[in-house]
Amino acid sequence: MIGAGHAGLAVSRVLTERSIDHVVVERGEVANSWRRERWDSLRLLTPNWQSRLPGYAYAGTDPDGFMSMPELIAHIANFATAASAPVRTHTNVTAVRRSDDGYQVRTEHGALECRCVVLASGAANIARVPQVRRAVPEGIECLTAFEYHNASRLPAGGVLVVGASATGVQLADEIQRSGRRVTLCVGEHVRLPRSYRGRDVLWWMEHSGVWSQRYDEIDDLERARRLPSPQLVGTPEHSTLDLNVLQAAGVEIVGRLAAIRDGRALFSGGLRNQFALADLKMQRLLETFDAWARERALDVDVGPPERFEPTRPPAASRLSLDLRRGEIRSIVWATGFHPDYRWLEVPVLDRKGELRHDGGVVMDAPGMYAIGLPVLRRRKSTFIIGAEDDARDLVGHLAGYLARDVRTG
Amino acid sequence: MAEANVNNGVNIDALLAAREALKNAPEAAKFTWRASCKWQNGTHATSTVQGFHGLGDEQRHKTQFSFETDHPEVFASEDHGATPVELVLVGLASCLTAGVATVAQNRGIQLRSVEAKLEGKMNLYGILGIDSDVRNGYDDIKVTFKIDADASKKDIEALVAQSQKRSAVYDIVTNPTNVIVEVV
Repeated sequence: MIGAGHAGLAVSRVLTERSIDHVVVERGEVANSWRRERWDSLRLLTPNWQSRLPGYAYAGTDPDGFMSMPELIAHIANFATAASAPVRTHTNVTAVRRSDDGYQVRTEHGALECRCVVLASGAANIARVPQVRRAVPEGIECLTAFEYHNASRLPAGGVLVVGASATGVQLADEIQRSGRRVTLCVGEHVRLPRSYRGRDVLWWMEHSGVWSQRYDEIDDLERARRLPSPQLVGTPEHSTLDLNVLQAAGVEIVGRLAAIRDGRALFSGGLRNQFALADLKMQRLLETFDAWARERALDVDVGPPERFEPTRPPAASRLSLDLRRGEIRSIVWATGFHPDYRWLEVPVLDRKGELRHDGGVVMDAPGMYAIGLPVLRRRKSTFIIGAEDDARDLVGHLAGYLARDVRTG
Repeated sequence: MAEANVNNGVNIDALLAAREALKNAPEAAKFTWRASCKWQNGTHATSTVQGFHGLGDEQRHKTQFSFETDHPEVFASEDHGATPVELVLVGLASCLTAGVATVAQNRGIQLRSVEAKLEGKMNLYGILGIDSDVRNGYDDIKVTFKIDADASKKDIEALVAQSQKRSAVYDIVTNPTNVIVEVV
């Protein structure tokens, strides 16, 4: 097992249940990315009751609340202890290679030989920053979501936030509240209300079965895997954080950052269609929930169907902004992440550097598995509650492989 | 997916097959489109298209297509053809309309009629050099579709949204493009 985050630990727990000998190597500490690579105020966007891991449910007093990072780190660390996970912390993997009967995992503390290897090193190790960053004029401070800690560390003055995923809208909101004027670049995005018909929207995702939809049942899997995270935030008030809320708070919405030319940022004029697409998709999802509730005769338990105001087009949407004029002093790139596989010396990546796998079973590398990637086996795969089903499926496959692949040695 | 009884005249199976084939042939997917233009007199010019490059080879339209452009008489021109800015509207309209037909076929929606009206608003202070704060091109382009089809209003809206998402001309008009102009 490479990585002692929630996904790797979930696999470890299921391996232990089946008495499969294993070790979890971790570059830092348990839940390392949550400890070191997140901004200060971040809370999970899934409610506490959804932080369930194999054999380890949330036992606190606020099942509908949202964990802060210290709470989440404690939750995962307690799970590791409860599961007696054999974790070797501070053991950075430097290379994974094929060996005669499996894989060799090289670490800074020596090499491990194994029949199977499970990559649980995370989906979000490296910030994805578009090429246009090279054209940002000097004097503007650029940060990725990894480098952002809180708004007070930003220079005074306007901030351009690029990207409208969960990260982008949360940072835009926080920075605007700090008194800095935020301009938010919006391309393709996923709009969701925090609550729907009196329940958390993720309650609907979970119970209606949308989240359990399998990767091999999805029409356009590539697209589903590339989808930005939904515009949600976990707050005690259970508030919705969509583009209408941000605009009401004073955030200026512009189109996708298409180019920076001669110091001018140029934004796409296709903003209205991005709104239309996100509104239509949200509407379709809510109708799916309504149909499910009708079928289950749940209409008595939940509130009446709700319809939300379409995303309001900004009164005058700017198509360009002169970055040399001093209006913008910093840029926060909330343009996504990708995994780090630089240590993986087995040819399993495609031409875009993405892992080729069939539901977590890595292609052309028998005995190699991956977990915790977007829509790995189900829509919920990257969420904490998604780890258990994927871990059970993959360990089932892995156990079968070990049983079949008996070699004399 | 395409339904057998829906026919918008789009060969969706061939398009989907081409999409699959091109996934493994990135070079073949690189196309070059061309146009030639010859000045006639005044603001009148004649443009033609025929050859293009794609699928790893030179390709040709079945015939050469020709377009006259000019300015109207209120611009003291002879009005031999559409203004170039009107041709931009033509390009956008026809690209979105072709997209609507294709997406409808793919989604099993039978179209009966599709009409689009386009309006582009422009302040001549830009091209006339009266006010440097006014741009030369369109401030806003408005496209209004009237579609009669076997589908709900919402499905038709989704169709039009998807057509914009996959439209080359919509992308060209809404996003910046590097333009290199040389004299030989």
